[in-house]
Amino acid sequence: MRGVALYIRSQTDRRLDRHLRDVSIIGIGQTPVGEHWDKPLRVLGTEAVRAALADAGVECPEALYVGNMLSGQLLGQENVGALIADHAGLSGIEAYKIEAACASGAAAFRTAYMAVASGLCDVVVACGVEKMTDTLTDETTGALVAAADAEFEGEHGLSFVGINALLMQRYLYEHGYDRQDFSGFAINAHRNAANNPNAMFRKKISAEAFARAKIIAEPVSLLDSSGIGDGAAAAVLASADWARAHGKRQVRVAASAAATDAVALHDRDDLLFLRAAWLSARKAYAQAGVSPKDIDFFELHDAFTIMSALSLEATGFAERGQGVRLAMEDAIALNGRIPICTMGGLKARGHPVGATGMYQIVEAAQQLLGAAGANQLPNCRLGMTQNIGGSGATVVTHILERAG
Amino acid sequence: MRLASYWRTRQQRLGLVGEICPHCGKPLFPPRDVCPACHGPAKEPYRFSGKGTVYSFSTVYSAPEGFEAYVPYVVALVKLEEGPLVTAQLTDVSKEEVSIGMPVEMVTRKLREDGDAGLVAYNFKFRPVLQAVIDEPVSLSATA
Ligand SMILES: [Zn+2]
Repeated sequence: MRGVALYIRSQTDRRLDRHLRDVSIIGIGQTPVGEHWDKPLRVLGTEAVRAALADAGVECPEALYVGNMLSGQLLGQENVGALIADHAGLSGIEAYKIEAACASGAAAFRTAYMAVASGLCDVVVACGVEKMTDTLTDETTGALVAAADAEFEGEHGLSFVGINALLMQRYLYEHGYDRQDFSGFAINAHRNAANNPNAMFRKKISAEAFARAKIIAEPVSLLDSSGIGDGAAAAVLASADWARAHGKRQVRVAASAAATDAVALHDRDDLLFLRAAWLSARKAYAQAGVSPKDIDFFELHDAFTIMSALSLEATGFAERGQGVRLAMEDAIALNGRIPICTMGGLKARGHPVGATGMYQIVEAAQQLLGAAGANQLPNCRLGMTQNIGGSGATVVTHILERAG
Repeated sequence: MRLASYWRTRQQRLGLVGEICPHCGKPLFPPRDVCPACHGPAKEPYRFSGKGTVYSFSTVYSAPEGFEAYVPYVVALVKLEEGPLVTAQLTDVSKEEVSIGMPVEMVTRKLREDGDAGLVAYNFKFRPVLQAVIDEPVSLSATA
């Protein structure tokens, strides 16, 4: 663990922002998440990018970073950065696809952040896009396993649900919970999605429905799991100076941080501790100069209910083994101590994997701009987002702050 | 699994051969050549005993592509007696009998038949440790 200790010190003790420019979000856009039978990947990406540019009042950004995981596997399409730049009317600008499994969206946002914070660009776009419903479910779930260790996890027939089932089973065993204790995460997500016009599942669910839900991989049921779908979300980022000079409405990016852990569960020292979630959150808190108690809401990565519990524990909102208690006590509700998944989360807004991280960013910006509709949190100032790739291998954390 | 990868990993799959770190003594499975504990090079082959206990498990009802024909099956994290965790299916056991802490041992079994490539994939699985239990002496007389 010597290496990790050194690493943490180097990342948190020195001033991360020494050479960095302040960066703001000046425009956001999203498509509804769902089965877009009529729209290909390029159209979904284009719609989100154009919506964000229109919201920002920007014609031509300097670069486009596209978060996407599965275009190659499911659609046989790579070079997605150039593809969407071209179709969005931005042909000529720098554009790349950024891939980090389910964390691709936030990784694209962080890449955009780095481009602006470094001073290389003044105005860029980050977009997350995924097209998952052109293929059959077996094929799509088979492709998702690529986020795990293909030779030593996937080869044994471990689905992505199965990986989360191994985590949840051990959690139940070590901490003495019942699978029903996780119902609050799903109920909260569906309750919030009911008011989000872009959400995939806008129906509330009951504890009874959770108890009856079909088991996919013991003890994980259908209602522990997020729904996959098509979707795209985008944000325009600019240096705060540029935004001010051009009179743009801003949401400040107070922190941006990423960290990694072993891809395979069996290669981790401590199965129930998401080390990369802890590392990236710690770096983000240090950069923003805040602690968990300052965070007003948390858009976490609820791909499965167990991930919500582990994420809350790794980021300092709960002690180990206590993350699920926040759901049992409904502290995660809009009026709770730490609201999560305020627009439905992955569970009910939907989880278009490579786009999800950008949906989290866009929704956090909506809250901070007072544009969250019926789910608006009163007086929120700091929102945190955390996007997890694989079962915790790549974790990207952002803290956004209301301007002024 | 691709044929080349299948060939490359045969020692690991069929013999549970990993590595051991010559600097700090940490046994590694799967092999990774660099010790994650002390970061030194670790390329010394090390054959694991194949004995361990179930650390976590799941019965999979909805399988990824290629495994549909085998549901339900039990996948586990097995804690090898030498230390590492390994991901593997359990075999020769019904899902109701599996519990965390259960002693298991490695066996070689067919994992699946790969439709398109025609590859019959063999790999390690784990089964409950066989215990010779004789409740009562067997009577050879036929007095009953
Ligand atoms: Zn070592």
